Amino acid sequence: MSVEAIETFPKPSVAAGGGSAPYDVEAVRADFPILDRPVRGRPLVYLDTAASAQKPAQVMDAERSFYAEDYANIHRGLYFLSQRATECYDGARRKVQAFLNAQHEHEIIFTRSATEGINLVASSFGEAFLKDGDEVLITGLEHHSNIVPWQLLRRRKGIVLKVAPVNDRGEVPLEEFTKLLGPRTRLAAFAHVSNALGTVLPVADMIRAAHGAGARVLVDGSQSVVHLGADVQALDCDFFVFSGHKLYGPTGIGVLYGKEALLDAMPPYQGGGDMIAGVTFEKTTFAPLPAKFEAGTPAIAQAVGLGAAVDYVNRLGLGRIRAHETILLDHATSRLAAIKSLSVMGTAPDKASVISFVMDGVHPHDIAQVLDGEGVAIRAGHHCAQPVMARFGVPATARASFGLYNTIAEVDAFVETVERVEALFVQ
Amino acid sequence: MNANDRIRDLYQDVILDHSRRPRNRRAMDGPSHAARSENPSCGDEVSVCLQIDDRGVIGDIAFRGQSCAIATASASLMTEVLAGKTPAQARTLFDRFRAIAAGGAASAPGGMETETGRLNMLSALRHFPAREKCAALPWQTMLAALDNPKERQ
Repeated sequence: MSVEAIETFPKPSVAAGGGSAPYDVEAVRADFPILDRPVRGRPLVYLDTAASAQKPAQVMDAERSFYAEDYANIHRGLYFLSQRATECYDGARRKVQAFLNAQHEHEIIFTRSATEGINLVASSFGEAFLKDGDEVLITGLEHHSNIVPWQLLRRRKGIVLKVAPVNDRGEVPLEEFTKLLGPRTRLAAFAHVSNALGTVLPVADMIRAAHGAGARVLVDGSQSVVHLGADVQALDCDFFVFSGHKLYGPTGIGVLYGKEALLDAMPPYQGGGDMIAGVTFEKTTFAPLPAKFEAGTPAIAQAVGLGAAVDYVNRLGLGRIRAHETILLDHATSRLAAIKSLSVMGTAPDKASVISFVMDGVHPHDIAQVLDGEGVAIRAGHHCAQPVMARFGVPATARASFGLYNTIAEVDAFVETVERVEALFVQ
Repeated sequence: MNANDRIRDLYQDVILDHSRRPRNRRAMDGPSHAARSENPSCGDEVSVCLQIDDRGVIGDIAFRGQSCAIATASASLMTEVLAGKTPAQARTLFDRFRAIAAGGAASAPGGMETETGRLNMLSALRHFPAREKCAALPWQTMLAALDNPKERQ
């Protein structure tokens, strides 16, 4: 990896990247070594990208060459390799800054995951700004990672957790959300895209409404950065989190974006090395952003890998990726509609490429098991969103999610196997 | 054996029959022993009620719950093979179920060859270690129930 390569990152515009050439999914697939791997004697059909995306060779190569050529701990002074590693790590931060269109590089905090980002905000923002009786508003579509941290905070600080309801199509109606905003609402925290159903939430309107009520806003972008991207300045959200592994990047790395003034006003999350300006036994002064929130040796190589993933997605262009995924989603939705015993959960007009479904008399685990026998990998379960399952009165669903490498032929293989499930179980 | 054959082996007719028409899936009035379990990874839940009579044998056994075909068939089969057995025999049959699901031989001293033979319909589980948990859920709930006698009126 060269420093030049790190410094040249593309513009973040969603429509940019990839030009107007047709989307060449076969060329994309050639970048993903795992897609050549047979599973149970058949070609792998990987339809669980919403849980975790497969990795292109570009991401693996970036990590490998970082370890092979540039690795040392960061911020460790004068020697050549530590400076190189620091440049690579900071270069990855600038790529993420551009990807999210954050105003400042130091507003990008590297975390382990979106989950850790939300926990950081719950702990640190909660410590600084929330007191007994203050309200945090979430929605009924949240992943457990945007529910449980607030419940833990409720135990510590006596906050009140409010939940905006979900309608039969799997949407959060804006007026229902707005109704729950009140004088004690200090923070609204919600997903940009539902992981369980694929619903795209009207986040721009929700952020405006929350700000109108004087609340701060955290957006969980785990599912949206992959399909829609996000411009945090245009959205004007106060916090935004996502995980690297869902964006075709490594595990163990995530991002918290926060507005500078807020992050400055918040206390550190964890104490340790790298987050201090000076330590005596009497008093410690903390390092400025972003180091204040990055105690200890971070996931350096994973950050570099995430930078390569951002480059990869930018090169294809999120607009073209979304267009491709929408074709897959529409094709799958119309073919599944012909299966009598099957119902799709989540029928919002604005959806990312996620289809959650149930079949009369067939448990989702049995659906996934039969599909696995054909090399088709889908998720079955509650998707870490048990309140969503409860809202629709099911213990679990089967979920297929499509990524930038999936094809129409794979959707067909998936649907035909689901038809066989119906023949096997439904009488 | 290819993947498709294994799937057919897992979902063989007898399993599908038990899952479509589960035996003893019903409520029980005043059980002597009962327990409820769930599988946190999938949200499935099973409850098992037992009536252990004056002779110390399982006079009645029933289950309820929301679960996959494998768990439902396993529960249904379990209620059939455990009816009329003592708690000690139930524990022996559980050990045989575990051995069969793990792909081992189930032959062991203690008789009950017919019952053990019926458990062999679950032998395809050896190819599906992730589903062993599903099949084991009702059995583990049954063991918990044996350790959980109800207060008698």
